[in-house]
Amino acid sequence: MNDIIEGFIQAIQLIVTLNPEVMEIAARTLMISLSATLLASLVAIPSGWWIHFHEFTGKRVVINIIQTLYAVPTVLVGLFVYLLISSSGPLGMLGLLFTPAGMIIAQMLLVIPMMIGLVITAFSGVDRTTIDTITSLGATGYQSMVTIIKEVRFAVFAAVILGFGRAISEVGAAMMIGGNIRGYTRVLTTSITLETSMGNLPLSIALGLILLAIALIITVMLNIVQQRSRT
Amino acid sequence: MIEIFGLCRKVGDRVLVNSVTITIPDGTIFGIIGPSGSGKTTLMRMIDLLDRPSRGTITINGTRATGDKKQQLELRRKMGMVFQKPIVLSTTVFENVAYGLRFRGVKGDELKTRVLEAIDLVGMSGYGDRYAPTLSGGEMQRVAIARSMVTHPEVLLLDEPTANLDPASTTKIEELIRTINTRFGTTIIISTHDLDQGQRIAHRIAVVIGGMITQAGTPEEVFHRPMNSEIAKFVGLENIIGGTITKTDEGLVTISTHGKEVEAVSAGELGSQVFISIHPDDITLHSGLATENMSTSARNCIPGTVTVTTLSGPFVLVTLDCGFPLKVIVTRRSVEELGIQPGKEMQACFKASAVHVMKS
Repeated sequence: MNDIIEGFIQAIQLIVTLNPEVMEIAARTLMISLSATLLASLVAIPSGWWIHFHEFTGKRVVINIIQTLYAVPTVLVGLFVYLLISSSGPLGMLGLLFTPAGMIIAQMLLVIPMMIGLVITAFSGVDRTTIDTITSLGATGYQSMVTIIKEVRFAVFAAVILGFGRAISEVGAAMMIGGNIRGYTRVLTTSITLETSMGNLPLSIALGLILLAIALIITVMLNIVQQRSRT
Repeated sequence: MIEIFGLCRKVGDRVLVNSVTITIPDGTIFGIIGPSGSGKTTLMRMIDLLDRPSRGTITINGTRATGDKKQQLELRRKMGMVFQKPIVLSTTVFENVAYGLRFRGVKGDELKTRVLEAIDLVGMSGYGDRYAPTLSGGEMQRVAIARSMVTHPEVLLLDEPTANLDPASTTKIEELIRTINTRFGTTIIISTHDLDQGQRIAHRIAVVIGGMITQAGTPEEVFHRPMNSEIAKFVGLENIIGGTITKTDEGLVTISTHGKEVEAVSAGELGSQVFISIHPDDITLHSGLATENMSTSARNCIPGTVTVTTLSGPFVLVTLDCGFPLKVIVTRRSVEELGIQPGKEMQACFKASAVHVMKS
């Protein structure tokens, strides 16, 4: 019990004194997960738009697959990306394995299905007359898409925030693709795994608290967004 | 000018609009009236190129719509459409009104001036900064009109614009429609199930029943000389009675109905089945069989028994059983003077020119 209490005290010290290693890991984590979320948004929002507003054969099947992929285990995504970018894989020549770029790709693939699903849900809340109104005002296809996204901006933003939450908290893919290389691909989750196994509890707890703080910020932001969308 | 020829829209097995052919001249207020579900909205949506016709053509100011996306956008940008449900986007009134201009690349001072002009046009000056979704239904609909008018459309389509509004808001919108038409010469196509509204504001009216235009003409023609019994029923004509032409004589026909004969000023073929209608206020009531004080020009006098009397504002609606029910509007004074009450035998008299003869 004393070890835990001592670990907490040391952890607070590490955070308050802005311990370089802790800060470096936190910063890298944010950089990788934010990049993955941003890139995933660029793919997921237009894809969600296209799927929702176009009729095509197998649309229901596609939506079902997307919904199934919400719960895909992170290690499976890790394995898929590993097979893709390992030296013997089809994208092996890009040398992405054990790099932050590889981790960004893995996190992107992990959150895209969930984001597309949530964006589709957001668009399905748009009244048919609203879409007709925008069209009748003389909008081009692109102008129409931008206007409708603005109309459901809070729901779309919520999808992006939830995507970020899933990206930053996953460990399986980050470990498999990043390799947890100190000073290069080590992020909060992989670091906690390693330090805990090595018995370095104060550092683990410090990193865990930072992860928790980020989760708290995400929740607060989501609540604010949801409240604004109701007013 | 909008020229519509043989326009049809079919969804699955349902025919929503069937062989509609109309010409809408520039600068007119053209009313499309019909019961709910008759195809008015579908027709309006096809004119705004939102729905694709299954057959037929639409020509807008000389350009025939081909279905090409680019041309569709160009043509649609010459029009504005306001929908039945008041729709505003989740932003300020100013930004709502500005949408159409921004889509057309208008910016800066020109955008600001035109938006403020449009807001002023609909009587909402000072509302620019208000968050549009918090407005009342009537205000939202005025914002929707301003949003359509800001682009100076040649044609304004209004699909049941007052269907969800209270009477005060309806009056404001109707005034606005007349103002837009007279001030800018905008061609306005308005669909409505409100007959009085159609009569009040439209220069010309088309009646849509079952997806087809059953009659088109001036409000006077449609409301007083409907072409068939279906239109007559829809426009609220009373005393619609079926019969057979038994005699024709120089513009005068005799129609046999329920064992009675009615003379009417009309053309018609001997033996043909027709419907007649007589406005209740064109009929006078006389006591018993006394005919000496009846108007000499009334060629028809039919005996009947009063069955019901109902107050209708300053008047009384009297229903007679003449072998068929006949409704007559009389003053309260006449009711007292003639002692009109249920069970009383009366004569209902009307001129041959008051009888409107329609196809069966």
